Amino acid sequence: MDVQALPAVVAAGRILRTSDAVMQKAKGKMQMKRRAVGGFVLYALSAFCILHFELPASAQHETASDIEDGGRVFRQSCANCHGPDGNEIPGIDLGRGVFKTAKTDEDLVKIIQKGVPGTPMPATNMSEEQAKRVVAYLRSTAATKTTASAVGDASRGKTLFEGQGGCLKCHRANGVGSRLGPDLTRVGQLRRSAELERSLLDPAAEVVPTGRFYRVVTKDGATVTGRLLNIDTYTVQMIDTKEQLRSFTKANLKESGFIASPMPSYKSTFNAQELADVVSYLVSLKGRATP
Amino acid sequence: MTRRTGLIAVVAAVVGVASLQAQVTFERILRADREPQNWLSYSGTPFNQRYSPLTQINTANARNLELQWVWQARSLEKFEATALVVDGVMYTVQAPNDVVALDAETGRPFWTTTYAPSPDARTCCGRVNRGLSILGDTLYMGTIDAHLLALDAKTGEILWNKEVASAKDRYSITMSPLIVKDKVIIGTAGGDGPIRGQIAAFDAKTGKELWRFFTIPGPGEPGNDTWSGDSWKTGGVGVWNAGAYDPETNLAFFGTGNPAPDWDGRSRLGDNLYSDSVVALDVDTGKLKWHYQFTPHDELDYDSTQVPVLADIQFRGKPRKVMLWANRNGLMYLLDRVTGEFLHGRAYVKVNWADGFDAKGRVQRVPGMVPSKAGTVIRPHVHGATNWAPPSFSPRTGLYYVAHFENSSTVAVEGEFPRANGINPRQTTMGQINLQNFLNNEDEAYGVVRAYDPGTLEPKWEYKMADITWAGVLSTAGDVVFSGGKEGYFLALDARTGALLWKAALGGQVNAGPMSYSVNGKQYITIAAGNSLFAFALRGDAK
Repeated sequence: MDVQALPAVVAAGRILRTSDAVMQKAKGKMQMKRRAVGGFVLYALSAFCILHFELPASAQHETASDIEDGGRVFRQSCANCHGPDGNEIPGIDLGRGVFKTAKTDEDLVKIIQKGVPGTPMPATNMSEEQAKRVVAYLRSTAATKTTASAVGDASRGKTLFEGQGGCLKCHRANGVGSRLGPDLTRVGQLRRSAELERSLLDPAAEVVPTGRFYRVVTKDGATVTGRLLNIDTYTVQMIDTKEQLRSFTKANLKESGFIASPMPSYKSTFNAQELADVVSYLVSLKGRATP
Repeated sequence: MTRRTGLIAVVAAVVGVASLQAQVTFERILRADREPQNWLSYSGTPFNQRYSPLTQINTANARNLELQWVWQARSLEKFEATALVVDGVMYTVQAPNDVVALDAETGRPFWTTTYAPSPDARTCCGRVNRGLSILGDTLYMGTIDAHLLALDAKTGEILWNKEVASAKDRYSITMSPLIVKDKVIIGTAGGDGPIRGQIAAFDAKTGKELWRFFTIPGPGEPGNDTWSGDSWKTGGVGVWNAGAYDPETNLAFFGTGNPAPDWDGRSRLGDNLYSDSVVALDVDTGKLKWHYQFTPHDELDYDSTQVPVLADIQFRGKPRKVMLWANRNGLMYLLDRVTGEFLHGRAYVKVNWADGFDAKGRVQRVPGMVPSKAGTVIRPHVHGATNWAPPSFSPRTGLYYVAHFENSSTVAVEGEFPRANGINPRQTTMGQINLQNFLNNEDEAYGVVRAYDPGTLEPKWEYKMADITWAGVLSTAGDVVFSGGKEGYFLALDARTGALLWKAALGGQVNAGPMSYSVNGKQYITIAAGNSLFAFALRGDAK
């Protein structure tokens, strides 16, 4: 899927760029203060850090698609050791801005590229641009709230997922369930627990590009809805509710457009413990074992 | 509890219905001629005739072909895959091993699955893939790190991933798997290095290995004594091109590669079975039923990994179930596919290393036509008269169509990579050499598409190209033959006369076979050239 071609993401990118500009301004002001008032240096620096970590994007020029790209690279190259939440190595919590030695984005970029000698952290062949995107992703995740405090039980979560939750009506995990919604076989590698919990409670808060729903009405009156796979000026591709791959030429459509995802909120379906159980189960989905 | 059970039952029912609509059963693959809108296996059917029963595009209107869409691979590797089309959805491979599902009508993507092969993967001749296979709702792909992958055709999700052989030991896979009943059968490439080639069958559902056939017999097995010393352990004999299947005998047929080391046979004296052969395997057991060796004790890298074409023809006035084989070694063969009996053979290009066959069909060598210290001019070229590109057979015209090189030669020096025509001493890279750069006259080496009478193996017509060709051939029920060449032209020829009906300049080498399908009543022809896949159909107003 060509994310950059999607109007929604481009729009988000624009918003981010605006906030980037504000950040640049704020940063500039702080630097001036630092020079002018020595006593404020410590305060200004710490304020900058807090600010920095809480904003959705770093004070660079990254767009939403850069951050998403950074996330992809993180999951492919970093999550194996650091874990999908970035907190599986003691003393390091990448998703919350807790590092051993790095103080600045530049430090992080250097570590990503060159590794840390004498530790298992290897050098990579990432370009500076790619490494910056990973840093932008880490900065963006630091802003996400943490999960509920309850400790989940993955096997109870599996029972809820397949039973009371009715999740298989739309989702698929390890070859069982519907292909209409995103396949969750590897969701524990792709999404952090906080994100999973939010998706369960407030599914509309963030719909990933692979989870958007679309509806078309053909000129002969047939209505088809499904999960959007690709869209361009002239055509639309989706997987429909009957799990068929469908392609439409827009010229042959009477109507077309995004619709709300059928994913329900589980706010009133699951109590806090059940929610934690389901999240634990989802986090445990790390792909299929090789036969 | 009751509620939950009920829910699962409903889900299972919905999933069941949805799956039924798209199931590609083995029966469908076997009788793909009944659904000409689809292209369900590498060369169309397990007989590998690469013949489309579609008739919309014919000799009268082929001049009205025009481009419908292009899909550009994000890969600089050679594009060798033939796509599959199932009910309007096209599946192909972006080399080395990314899988894409496209809308066959517009070329727009449904999904892409990326696969990162192990850095241990080593290929002799490009990080390529020749295509997918499908059974049920599942796609199958061999990878250059010698794994076999199963993917959900609806979503691209990888269902299982099985190591067939170790990439560390220089095995790789580039061929399209052969589907037979509930099995996926695949061979290992890498035979220019010290491997021991294999063909293995896996359960399509689970990936469980069912049997494994070694292309070099082990100690105590018949044929092991055709290798001197321990040379059998590392004698190469890769399998890297599509196999065929005959349901009447339940035999699968695979061509096998050269013995290793390629150009120096001194360390591996003997015939080196089953190198440069066709092996006929019982698909249920993997046991060898028969074999025929095209080039015993090969020292010229004449892999016999061409695509076996099965046909039922008249031979000397009687119906015969045959296998047609235009070999890299410059000889064309007609075999009985039930027994493996050699029926007929002849040189189809200039050949100077062989001179006919004995009564049993064993090729007769010309003395001295082997690599030498001073260098020996050998015909055909090390790349062969043809190499791996898939040929075609039209049951309508009864002709066998092959795109190949003519008049090519090579200088074979002991222990070295042969040189192109001896003109340029530069070492050549497999698959990339442009013979034209080494030639002094236009007739020295060139490409042709030729139609052969399968009974006599005599040529009926030819279409000549300035440069050589690595393109496959498609014939159709509209009596059009499609092919191309290294110059980047895609050609439509009259299947009965070879006359040029239409051509398109695609701006990149054609390194793949064409195929045809239809969507909503419109016939398409696709061909990969350069790094892109092109789809053609008749102009809107053309009849």
